[in-house]
Amino acid sequence: MNTTTSGATRDKVARSLKRRYAAEKRFQAYGIAAIALALMMILTLFVTIFGTGYTAFWQTMINLEVTLYPQDIDPDNSRDAAAGMIAAARAKGIGLDGDAHLLDPRTAKQQALESDIATLSELALGRPMTADNPELIAFLKDRFLPANIGDEALVKDSLATWLGNEAGAFNRAIQSADYLRPVKQSISDLFPEVTGRRDKRSLYEIVSPGATYVLRDMVLDNPDLIGQRISVTVPMSDDIDQLEKGAIKAELPESARRVKDNQIAWFERLKDRGLIETTFNTTLFTAGDSREPELAGIWGAVVGSFFTLLVTLLLSFPIGVAAAVYLEEFAPTNWLTDLIEVNINNLAAVPSIVFGLLGLAVFLNFFGMPRSAPVVGGLVLTLMTLPTIIIASRAALKSVPPSIREAALGIGASKMQSIFHHVLPLAMPGMLTGTIIGMAQALGETAPLLMIGMVAFIVDIPGSPFDSATVMPVQIYLWSDSPERAFTERTSAAIMILLAFLVFMNAAAVVLRKRFERRW
Amino acid sequence: MQTFVLILAVGALIMIGFQVGHRRSVAIVGGKASQLHSLPGYHGFYIALWCAIPALMVMAAWLIMEPILLDSAVMASLPAEFTANKTDAQLSLILNDIRNIAAGNIASERSEVTVLAAQRYAEWKQASLIARVIAVLAVAAAAIVYARQRIRPELRARNAVENVIKTLMILCSLIAILTTVGIVLSLLFESGRFFEKVPFTDFLFGIEWSPQTALRKDQVGSSGAFGAIPLFGGTFLISLIALCVAVPIGLMTAIYMAEYASRKIRSAVKPVVEILAGVPTVVYGFFAALTVAPLFRDTGAVFGIGISSESALAAGVVMGIMIIPFVSSLSDDVINAVPQSMRDGSYGLGATRSETIRKVVLPAALPGIVGGVLLAASRAIGETMIVVMAAGLAANLTANPFEAVTTVTVQIVTLLVGDQEFDSAKTLAAFALGLVLFCITLLLNVIALHVVRKYREQYE
Repeated sequence: MNTTTSGATRDKVARSLKRRYAAEKRFQAYGIAAIALALMMILTLFVTIFGTGYTAFWQTMINLEVTLYPQDIDPDNSRDAAAGMIAAARAKGIGLDGDAHLLDPRTAKQQALESDIATLSELALGRPMTADNPELIAFLKDRFLPANIGDEALVKDSLATWLGNEAGAFNRAIQSADYLRPVKQSISDLFPEVTGRRDKRSLYEIVSPGATYVLRDMVLDNPDLIGQRISVTVPMSDDIDQLEKGAIKAELPESARRVKDNQIAWFERLKDRGLIETTFNTTLFTAGDSREPELAGIWGAVVGSFFTLLVTLLLSFPIGVAAAVYLEEFAPTNWLTDLIEVNINNLAAVPSIVFGLLGLAVFLNFFGMPRSAPVVGGLVLTLMTLPTIIIASRAALKSVPPSIREAALGIGASKMQSIFHHVLPLAMPGMLTGTIIGMAQALGETAPLLMIGMVAFIVDIPGSPFDSATVMPVQIYLWSDSPERAFTERTSAAIMILLAFLVFMNAAAVVLRKRFERRW
Repeated sequence: MQTFVLILAVGALIMIGFQVGHRRSVAIVGGKASQLHSLPGYHGFYIALWCAIPALMVMAAWLIMEPILLDSAVMASLPAEFTANKTDAQLSLILNDIRNIAAGNIASERSEVTVLAAQRYAEWKQASLIARVIAVLAVAAAAIVYARQRIRPELRARNAVENVIKTLMILCSLIAILTTVGIVLSLLFESGRFFEKVPFTDFLFGIEWSPQTALRKDQVGSSGAFGAIPLFGGTFLISLIALCVAVPIGLMTAIYMAEYASRKIRSAVKPVVEILAGVPTVVYGFFAALTVAPLFRDTGAVFGIGISSESALAAGVVMGIMIIPFVSSLSDDVINAVPQSMRDGSYGLGATRSETIRKVVLPAALPGIVGGVLLAASRAIGETMIVVMAAGLAANLTANPFEAVTTVTVQIVTLLVGDQEFDSAKTLAAFALGLVLFCITLLLNVIALHVVRKYREQYE
């Protein structure tokens, strides 16, 4: 009886085995498929980004022969006027220490000129220069109320402005000169057969408007270039660049692409003449944002990110460590401690955009802090990263064995001494690892910074945490929104740069953990 | 700049204070430091803190009060006939002019009165600066002298210093509470102003969302409807798609890693999957908009299905990729926490591995997995950049994943990026949306953390 039942069961089991083993195989296959799918997604993500982005590190350039006629650059001949002004000042007995400064626009830009002028005006006030200069008197009268004409400080100030205007005329002239004309002339010289306004305009379009900035910077660096024929390498326009890189297909019908047929023909001829070259795109790494893709760079955003993270680090690390030490080592078990812990855990999961709303309502509206400033971004990101740092720091403190504390207490250290002299140094690698990971998160964060206005179009490189700035992820967002084809590859390139920073930071965290973390 | 120099000066005084304390304590016991209650260094810190705290407090109070007092003093000094019949807005414009003239900037209007007032403003500001420097440095110096007198061998300097440090640490811990309070208060306050303009029920249960308020009465297409249901619908649709992608993949990955994979595969694949968690969301957004959305649109076109290029599907799938690591690492943890004895019991009864997993391990781990999924869901609901870049702007109440929908976070960003005025319902609506978002994610988190904690306790 018994044997037959067990035999029947055995048969049943044996019959079902094949099915069960197949199910087993299937289940394993699901697991492998899931992992393969996840890995494939990672691969697709990176291949797509790198595939679109790597071309942005090169830029198509053209060699142009440009003649800088003085009538284009300095039509009023203000250079001589400025030199004359200085000579006149000297003739009046005003010793100018560094009168070279007055003619050097670069230094003028850095406001060294202003201090020179201030000394100059001080000297001038002691001498009869104001009295025998009717133009100056008129200028002062025009600018100020009669009541203030006796006010020495105001007069000095406006005198400085006046002298600055005279000497700065040349500076301003070459800053604002028409550099487009020489560039256009030089392109026309290459294709003398192109006539007609429309054709000419589309011919000029193949060279980037940035060519004028290149020329201006060269002239600002060396005003002696005026009147000379120089050879410059300037970027091609973004569409031609995209054509050369294959992103705009020449095979398409003319109406379906941004580059016209004649532009392609001109570009091919320039290539045949050997005037076109492809260089490493340094602009991408050194420039601020721009509306022209070929002139846009990530450097402004990198500096903005740096200032933002600096503020975040300076605030969140000390505060986070102090809070972790208190909660882990000192806090009594009471309702307040519980409340703090619940808060920290919840804040770690609050959506980042809510922190942006907090920053907007509290920091900008209530405290009236400046919009778009890295210091406000840093404050918001501090509040965001604090939970991460506190949780990691507490874990690091927890992993230090009690024997260390007991040994310190045993030889007479106070509780505070045992912690600051012994526990904290041992927990520091873990805390630093947590901080770096928190900083990496903060570096990739976008949404809260949009809320506090770090999304503005900012060309200048920020000089301090109080200047308007944008950060790398926001720059990526802004570029990804731009319609130009060339911004797509630049967005990908910016992502590659951002990812490189993140990889570096995470690698630092791993190295720190491997090298310094102790196992007890 | 001047403040910075002043802080440096105070810093120098603090260091001097430290030296004074150190030397004084050693001198007072004739060089026998063992007779002191506290080490000489603590006496140094004692004086340094005495020096720092009052001086910095005076400086902070001055910096807060100075502009307020200065402004009211300058405005009070203006001739009565000049300020008469002027509105508050005009007066604040005049004040701005005065400040600008005083700073040497360009002002909108330059009159004799304002120029004179600007001179007064500049003079008083200068005087205030000098007074501030003197006051702060005097307080710091006086504190050093006072604290030096207090130094005695039996002075409990260490305890005093430690108490200050402890207080500072408590203040740092309280920032967590302050942040929450700040979030709740700012959201409640601005939402309160919003609900004064738009009834609460209209917002929560209305099915039409078009936040453009009319400037003129006869304007077309600016009804100013603030019904948030389409936004919640879009948010849940995209989050649901994300979970449909992330839960199967994440869970199966976790099961394979925990139960089948060799140590070698585990240590190789796990960090790679976790890379997904470290990629910034703006990168996913770009990926969704550049690659996934056009791919779906073109695939749909091949099969004759009209898929919008801002479809909920594309945003949802990419968001799903983003939350795979959350699901997988949390599930991995809970599966590993299931005691081995339960598996051994199942094997002993003749079950295969997959049977053990499906019938023993997963049911036991289910609460923890649900907690992990809830956390992932809260992540998906609050996620911003992917939907901003890949989802649509039009509020569309639909369950069709091929259509474009908008989400709560997209609308918050759209309403608040750019110029804002803080009295329009349009701007304030963003805060009301933020409040709802905060409440939903908070609820999900609290439930999830509770479930996960309960589950852990069960097996510990």
